[in-house]
Amino acid sequence: MSATILRVCQALLLLASFALWQVLTASGVLPPFFFGEPLKVLEKIWQWFASGEIFPHLGITLLETLLAFLFGTALGLGVGLWLGLNRLAATLADPYIKAMNAMPRVILAPIFAVWFGLGVWSKVALGVTLVFFMVFFNVFQGVREVSPVVLANARMLGAGRRHLLRHIYLPSAMSWVFSSLHTSVGMAFVGAVVGEYLGSAKGVGYLILQAEGSFDINTVFAGILVLTAFALALDALVSLAEQRLMVWQPRHEA
Amino acid sequence: MTSMMSSLKSAAAAINLSKITCTFASLAKPVARPGDRPGVGAGDYTAVCEASLTVARGEFVSVVGPTGCGKSTLLNIAAGLIAPTAGEVTVFGTPLKGINRHAGYLFQSDALLPWMSAVDNVIVGLIFRGIRRADALERGHQWLARVGLSGHGHKYPHQLSGGMKKRLSPAQVLINDPDILLMDEPFSALDIQTRQLMENELLDLWSADRKSVLFITHDLEEAISLSDRVVVLSAGPETRPIGEFAITLPRPRDVAEVRMTPGFLELHKQIWDILKAEVQKGYRQGLAA
Ligand SMILES: Nc1ncnc2c1ncn2[C@@H]1O[C@H](COP(=O)(O)OP(=O)(O)OP(=O)(O)O)[C@@H](O)[C@H]1O
Ligand SMILES: [Mg+2]
Repeated sequence: MSATILRVCQALLLLASFALWQVLTASGVLPPFFFGEPLKVLEKIWQWFASGEIFPHLGITLLETLLAFLFGTALGLGVGLWLGLNRLAATLADPYIKAMNAMPRVILAPIFAVWFGLGVWSKVALGVTLVFFMVFFNVFQGVREVSPVVLANARMLGAGRRHLLRHIYLPSAMSWVFSSLHTSVGMAFVGAVVGEYLGSAKGVGYLILQAEGSFDINTVFAGILVLTAFALALDALVSLAEQRLMVWQPRHEA
Repeated sequence: MTSMMSSLKSAAAAINLSKITCTFASLAKPVARPGDRPGVGAGDYTAVCEASLTVARGEFVSVVGPTGCGKSTLLNIAAGLIAPTAGEVTVFGTPLKGINRHAGYLFQSDALLPWMSAVDNVIVGLIFRGIRRADALERGHQWLARVGLSGHGHKYPHQLSGGMKKRLSPAQVLINDPDILLMDEPFSALDIQTRQLMENELLDLWSADRKSVLFITHDLEEAISLSDRVVVLSAGPETRPIGEFAITLPRPRDVAEVRMTPGFLELHKQIWDILKAEVQKGYRQGLAA
């Protein structure tokens, strides 16, 4: 099947599912009170964008996602490199890392709300805890899996400790970070939205929470659709960045 | 008098390995057997035992031996990448501690930095030595041209063919102008034409500034056609040199032509007589393991 036909079919599938949803709710097979009405959902989205009402909320959610991603990645990179290169520290920290990773970290949201207030920073903190472990484990692995021959070669070519860090360990770790970039950006987004949902005064998660409070199911669906589209756009951006930065890696395209 | 002479001579040698033993500790701990050597745990593998080897200044020495006998291990010890369990390594008369700073090492397997372009790979040694990138790049491009890769400098290793990568590695090592060259089967993956071309290139380079070379190969013909001296190692474990042959064939040599000379054939027969038994022993051990 050619790419255009595939795209058309995918669009048709989307249209068909909306049509089915519309038919089922309009005919009363599914109660509109619980399942919403697609036309009204789309109308709501249109109204949000036309009036510009949605933009401050989207901006806040994006800001939280970005900050959580940046801080989480930086922290994961730093700690991952440090523990990856320091066997004693790694062995010492091992049970704690495992425990913190096993903990369902979304549950920390109320604590962060108490510590950092209901503003941006409590959401960033939640996102950071999600992104950090993702990046940390990848960097840790990346440092451990540097090819011993490449490492020996660099040492024979005269690399000191700082050269090894800069020219061997960091690039190797970065390749692992990039391989998990899609997941970690997604994690940052989840952190932001869940944080907003659990308590905030702004953001798309907050819009959904409010609509839910007044049983406005159409607005809830509108929020979900906007978030989904937003997540897809972020993912496309990540793919673009990946292509730019990872030229040295052989492409294993599907 | 003679002993003083010889100790002076070995002190001046580029590399002197004396009574080197190298034991690899096993990860698994099998039961101890009677007759295990004291100090060597059960299941430990003594790859090299009391091996002595000298490379004089400006000398080209080849080491041949059956596969898995410990050739790379000996080279790694000379490079300072692994410390011997027992024995002493001196480089230009000084005991070796840590990495051998006089040596350039051509690895048996692919050792290029995959995240650097070809030219960056070539100049990375200069960058480590604190040379300015602009200056380094100029020399890098000269070296790329020398190994027949000009115009490929921007490519990453995965975009180069196997043969191109094999040509890039010498440029990466030689740009640093090391006094000693350690080479671990550098041409073994090449086709015969490219191989002879690069062997001749190596001889040209060597005769120009007489680096001291320790060259590992399992190809006896290659060893004879390149070297001043060929050292034969026994099959592992507890490998040690069991034969040494001075190669007195006249230089300059062409590696393809020298193989036809009667002198070459005579040497080949002599060395092969010893090597053959070891190769068969190594092969049988491989089957038994
Ligand atoms: N790090 C290690 N740990 C345990 N055993 C090792 C280690 N490195 C090498 N050996 C063993 O030491 C022996 C010699 O290995 P080495 O790589 O030196 O062989 P080689 O002569 O270079 O072989 P080849 O010609 O195939 O390259 C082998 O039996 C190998 O299994
Ligand atoms: Mg080897």
